[in-house]
Amino acid sequence: MEWALLIEQFLNGVQFGVLLFLLAAGLTLTFGIMDLVNLAHGSMYMLGAFFGATIFLWTGSFILALVLAVPIVAGIGIITEVTTLRTLYQRHHLDQVLATFGLILFFNELVQIVWPLEGLTVPVPEYLSSTVPLPFGIEYSLYRLMIIGTGILLAIGMWLLVTRTRLGMLIRAGASDREMVYALGTNIRLLFTLVFGLGTALSALAGVLMAPILGANSGMGEQIIIVAFVVIVIGGIGSIRGSFIAALITGLIDSLGRSFLDVILALFIPINAAEAAAPAISSMLIYIFMAGILFFKPTGLFGKQPN
Amino acid sequence: MKKIFITIAVSIFLIAPNAYSATVKLGFVTTLSTPAAVIGNDMRDAVELALDHIDNKMGSTDVEIVYGDDEFNPQKGKQATERLVTQEKVDIVFGYIWSHVLLASATTVLDAGKILISANAGPSQLAGKGCHENFFNISWQNDQTPMAMGEVLNQRGVNSVYVVAPLYAAGKNMVAGVERTYKGEIVGIDMTKWPDQIDWSSELSKIKAANPDAVFIFYPGRHGPAFISQYEQSGLAGKVDLYSVFTIDSISLPRFQSAGMNGVLGTTMTQFWAPDLDNAANKKFVDGFKAKYGKYPSFYAAQSYDAVMYIKSAVEAVGGDMSNVDGLRAALEKADYDSVRGEFSIGSNHFPIQNFYSREVVEDENGVWTTSVREEVLTMHQDVYASECNM
Repeated sequence: MEWALLIEQFLNGVQFGVLLFLLAAGLTLTFGIMDLVNLAHGSMYMLGAFFGATIFLWTGSFILALVLAVPIVAGIGIITEVTTLRTLYQRHHLDQVLATFGLILFFNELVQIVWPLEGLTVPVPEYLSSTVPLPFGIEYSLYRLMIIGTGILLAIGMWLLVTRTRLGMLIRAGASDREMVYALGTNIRLLFTLVFGLGTALSALAGVLMAPILGANSGMGEQIIIVAFVVIVIGGIGSIRGSFIAALITGLIDSLGRSFLDVILALFIPINAAEAAAPAISSMLIYIFMAGILFFKPTGLFGKQPN
Repeated sequence: MKKIFITIAVSIFLIAPNAYSATVKLGFVTTLSTPAAVIGNDMRDAVELALDHIDNKMGSTDVEIVYGDDEFNPQKGKQATERLVTQEKVDIVFGYIWSHVLLASATTVLDAGKILISANAGPSQLAGKGCHENFFNISWQNDQTPMAMGEVLNQRGVNSVYVVAPLYAAGKNMVAGVERTYKGEIVGIDMTKWPDQIDWSSELSKIKAANPDAVFIFYPGRHGPAFISQYEQSGLAGKVDLYSVFTIDSISLPRFQSAGMNGVLGTTMTQFWAPDLDNAANKKFVDGFKAKYGKYPSFYAAQSYDAVMYIKSAVEAVGGDMSNVDGLRAALEKADYDSVRGEFSIGSNHFPIQNFYSREVVEDENGVWTTSVREEVLTMHQDVYASECNM
């Protein structure tokens, strides 16, 4: 076993994990508190990437891209919530899926109209483009390390917000008993809009951060949102802590699976068959893991138990 | 009296569409929605340019073209093809970017007894055992371009290569192609989920651990820029040379240039064609394309333009009689027209026998990034599946 490769893949997994967390946090809050299945959450990630990339290309400042793109997209999210999603809270989940799927199509077409069809490619900011030497002779991308750091800081921030503030108290209360929060006279509309805006901002931030790695493309949101749903199901719907842990586990399974599954399979079956099967199986691993978790804990790792 | 009128009217109605059809109707299937439409639009632009250049006429016959959108999805591609064949009743179907879309759609056209011409996809299945008398390919067989790349790697004395490609029909052919000619050691092959995977952090770490002389990739469309960005960020750029096929083209180069990714300049790829390939037909095409659309044509565009000229040669050979499928087929087998690639011929399996060149990314006199032909790597090369084809 090569330690350098193992550690590097571990870092890759953590980086993918924190990205998933940024998306899953908003998703789990809207699903847990507002009981809203919002497929269009990934569109906010895509808009984040497009606005971030555009501002970065125009001004040359990545910080400015972060500072401007996140509030712009959060604003778009809040407008969407007020105009469209608010009417859906009392509706059946299937109606919500249909309506928010419609929003995905709308936003995908919108970016194809506003931006070039082939999307945008942006470089990593100059001061983050180098690699950092780590033990075992690893050279790791500074930019990806920055994403890991940012993600972990935000996770801590979210944890403090949820456990130490009045807003967080209401969020927790909303997640565990929505009706009771209504009954106690909280301005639930404002709470929902705030929560939605917060979730959108995190999602947009993830988009801005990923733009230099993946580029900005129409349809980039759907690919990741499915995995984010897997994360919130594993973590337990409504639980920030659950989605953080589930996101890291999912990221690690994906990275390590893609890297080492062929080697592991080769212990049991012929090497040729292992190399052929590994790519197919590794893309299924997270779903297999989710099925396993649901078998033992139907509400996810940190989900509230049914009464 | 009334009966006779009705009989005559019905007869005219039945006969007229066949007897007086002075147009040839062509169906063109490509990707016109999803981000991959950026390729399809380039192809459609080239078809429109070709129709301009021939004044919408093949011989004395008018040309009508109908487009079908495959939505980057084999099922949707098959549906679009069915619509062209059964509803639009086109005479010839051509186009097709993606191998898996073409494989899903081919029988729809061929079972209807019509001619099918691929203007890009060249899957091994249709070149070998699954070849068909009415199927033609006017681009290349998938394996050929990476085979040329394998030769380039041999010539440059590259001792070890790591291969990364997407897991679908064409990706498998690309890997098989480079394996067939490359004499050094292939230290690793990673096949990634297509088209979902757009982050290669895992694969790039594996490449670093394997420490090869070079990396060979195949990532068409928007995946190319994403892979190359991440390659530069990983610290591999400058240490391990990157070789690619169908990844860097005139569609992605403007993206690289506007993002200032100078690492792309000087990289090498192989191709049967280049914008500066020196022949009269190509000059007319490239100049015309640049004048009309203000950008360089991609190889997809070159193939689409060429396909129209190819069909024109066959339609003229049968005097516009599209019911003469035998005559059309015979003319397509001759391929008697001026191709943008220069000299070539059609092999026994209806795939081209042609030269392959190495191309390098350069900056032209106006400061625009493009590709320029360097050397002839394979001369009048026929794909390896031709011998498996019994027609």
